[in-house]
Amino acid sequence: MPISLILPEFMIERDDAKCIACQVCVRQCANDAHIYDDEEDQVYADSSKCVGCHRCEILCPTGAISVKVNRFQSKENANWTALVQRNIFKQAESGGILLSGMGCDKPYPIYWDHILLNASQVTNPSIDPLREPMELSTFLGQKPDKIEIDESSKEPELITKFAPQLFLEMPILFSAMSYGSISYNACLSLARAAKKMGIFWNTGEGGLHPDFYEYGENTIVQVASGRFGVHPQYLEIAGAIEIKVGQGAKPGIGGHLPGEKVSEDISHTRMIPVGSDALSPAPHHDIYSIEDLRQLIYALKEATRYEKPVGVKIAAVHNVAPIASGMVRAGADFISIDGFRGGTGAVPMVIRDNVGIPIELALAVIDSRLREEGIRNRASIIVAGGMRSSADIIKAIALGADAVYIGTAALVAMGCHVCQKCYTGKCNWGIATQDPSLTKRLNPNIATRRLANLLRAWSLEIKEILGGMGINAIESLRGNREHLRGVGLTATDIKILGIKPAGR
Amino acid sequence: MRTNYLCEKEISGCSVAGIMSEEGRKFSGELIMKSISVMRERANGLGGGFASYGIYPEFSHLHTFHLIFENNRAKQLTEEYLKENYLIEKDEPIPTREQGSIKHPPGLWRYFLKFKKRRKEGGFTEEDKVVRTVMEVNTKIGGAFVVSSGKNMGIFKGMGYPEDIGRFYRLEEYEGYIWVAHGRFPTNTIGWWGGAHPFGLLDWAVVHNGEISSYGINKRYLSNFNYHCRLFTDTEAITYLFDLLVRKHKLSLEMASLALAAPLWDTIERFPDNLKSIARAIRLVYGSALLNGPFSIIVGHSRGMLGLVDRIKLRPLVAARSGDMLYISSEESGINEVSSSLDKIWQAKAGVPIIGELKCLSH
Repeated sequence: MPISLILPEFMIERDDAKCIACQVCVRQCANDAHIYDDEEDQVYADSSKCVGCHRCEILCPTGAISVKVNRFQSKENANWTALVQRNIFKQAESGGILLSGMGCDKPYPIYWDHILLNASQVTNPSIDPLREPMELSTFLGQKPDKIEIDESSKEPELITKFAPQLFLEMPILFSAMSYGSISYNACLSLARAAKKMGIFWNTGEGGLHPDFYEYGENTIVQVASGRFGVHPQYLEIAGAIEIKVGQGAKPGIGGHLPGEKVSEDISHTRMIPVGSDALSPAPHHDIYSIEDLRQLIYALKEATRYEKPVGVKIAAVHNVAPIASGMVRAGADFISIDGFRGGTGAVPMVIRDNVGIPIELALAVIDSRLREEGIRNRASIIVAGGMRSSADIIKAIALGADAVYIGTAALVAMGCHVCQKCYTGKCNWGIATQDPSLTKRLNPNIATRRLANLLRAWSLEIKEILGGMGINAIESLRGNREHLRGVGLTATDIKILGIKPAGR
Repeated sequence: MRTNYLCEKEISGCSVAGIMSEEGRKFSGELIMKSISVMRERANGLGGGFASYGIYPEFSHLHTFHLIFENNRAKQLTEEYLKENYLIEKDEPIPTREQGSIKHPPGLWRYFLKFKKRRKEGGFTEEDKVVRTVMEVNTKIGGAFVVSSGKNMGIFKGMGYPEDIGRFYRLEEYEGYIWVAHGRFPTNTIGWWGGAHPFGLLDWAVVHNGEISSYGINKRYLSNFNYHCRLFTDTEAITYLFDLLVRKHKLSLEMASLALAAPLWDTIERFPDNLKSIARAIRLVYGSALLNGPFSIIVGHSRGMLGLVDRIKLRPLVAARSGDMLYISSEESGINEVSSSLDKIWQAKAGVPIIGELKCLSH
């Protein structure tokens, strides 16, 4: 029996006529898929090590390399596909849980692609965003149901006191990604881009490196089950605090940063010994029910003198609407809901691919539920989980979100090619790795610019769409499901989404 | 007919006009009919209507309901329902005359109602109860529709050009201190009298030209406060928003305008500090009440009249003053037609309300 039955996932093809044996590919591949033979002065490929990140292909100066999916020709079988067989081979050889990175890649329905947007014709004019102001300003936080103004004197005065609000130039935030799961330069780029564009980035459960304190106003800090990096200054510096209960990629389970990634810097930031595994327990050991959550929310509010919003993040699961309602009633200023297509650095594949529900449905039922209960004003809704474009964002807002988190899209903007090997720590793009030889590949100046560009491009597109609808402020789209129509959906889907089918 | 399209939004262009005496002097409906008739081009004969304040002085303490009945059964059910909570002091058909162009009018009846003495229901004002009655009749009794439900005021509307509707209702025989009128240009052909403007609730009467692109969220927002938009018209939503913001939340008309036609953030930045914090707070709290899209509206209520255009002024509205008279109209022609000596005339500014207030207390 051979040692392994697993065939390579990718085939590296090299055009020998073009290859000049410069060894760029050899140096670029952290997986050692390219080997230089100095006797022959020739570069060879070991396709079995290739993860399909395309770094070599893009950097090859002569364009000699192409990386292709290895479609091994087993007998066609809809049930026992090549992937299914590969996974069984892997587990039969290792006896372990299959790991993966990023979000669910299975072809579950993507409801965004079955929702179409509206535009003005004749009876109302569309508005040209090049000529007219288009307002994307977004405020996150608890709002009162009504306000009181004293108009008895000449100068009217506002009586109602407001809970703290987060101001965003556009309804987009960078999703939680910890220092540890991604590199210092990646975190720095997110922080800088957030500051530059007037939005927020999120520390995840990685703590906040002192170098990033200057971006505090644009930072949401997480308090998660491991409590890594949580100290008074951490809370003090942040713009807002997010209690992380769950994550879309892995609802119900915790996290694990392997000890080899816990460098000196990360050890300081997370407040754990160098080289020790950072294990985030599946539950918070002080939250076993909703009243415990309330205690933690108020403990954090007390600790920060009620000066900053405290939110709660959960994964979208089956009873998400009543859970969300409970979170709002427990005092969360914003609730973050992460759909099952949300990404992660490392996750058991079986969880990623089978647990949770799509964010579109979760959002629709949560927004409706909070309205039915008359508590929609009490908290803002941020949604996450596979937001791919400005179109997804605008549809999310029309369904009822106040803002969206983008994670994977931000990584892709920085160079990620979604090879799903984040958990190996060998990210050739310098993002999901702590190896100094790899992290230095990500130039924070360039990455910041690319992130800012993406946000700018999306905000321009959002303005175009709003203008087409005849709307010039984002709040008039928020929860405005009249501007959505479903195509190719079942009557049940339509009902849950709370939209009309196209044609009606 | 109406049920067939019940889930479709009604869309229409229009003309609006309003005339008021701030001294509370009354004048006949002749003037407003003249004003709206010169803007005939802006209507297409599929809806016209008027609201007038001060027309029932002898019943000024009673809630006056104007009703449309499509059949006798609806009338019978409505009266049974009304009698549960109210004493009907007087009821009569709304006087009309034969008017060639007005075809197949439904039953038109008015009721002067007094609350039955009951033990107090916690937290509900008399107005809340009237609102509930209106909602119940309009949604639960097929073929019945409450056109207006205020005190000492009434709405007269139907299918036809507004001036023909006015003659049909013999409006020259009524005297009021505020008159509001509407000529409608709907883009569909729903032949339903209740769909014409003004839309009324309590003493609110709203006429509207435009289409609100934020309707979807305005409607959902209102449902949080138990206002259910069943007619799929923007005007209905606008009326409920005024009732919510002004009557329930006690905002002044100026402050309500800051919510409904909110200034741009850039503009708010340039406001003086106290107003800045107010305008900002209003946008934060009432973002879902922002009426986004082209509109010009005239809102009548027993103490005055308000004209308002959307935040970037996508629809026309002109106003003028002459002595104690305030005129508001879609077009200047509607004002020139009825007044030859104006003290001043001006174009409404985006989001800046034109407010007429009754100076005397007698009404």
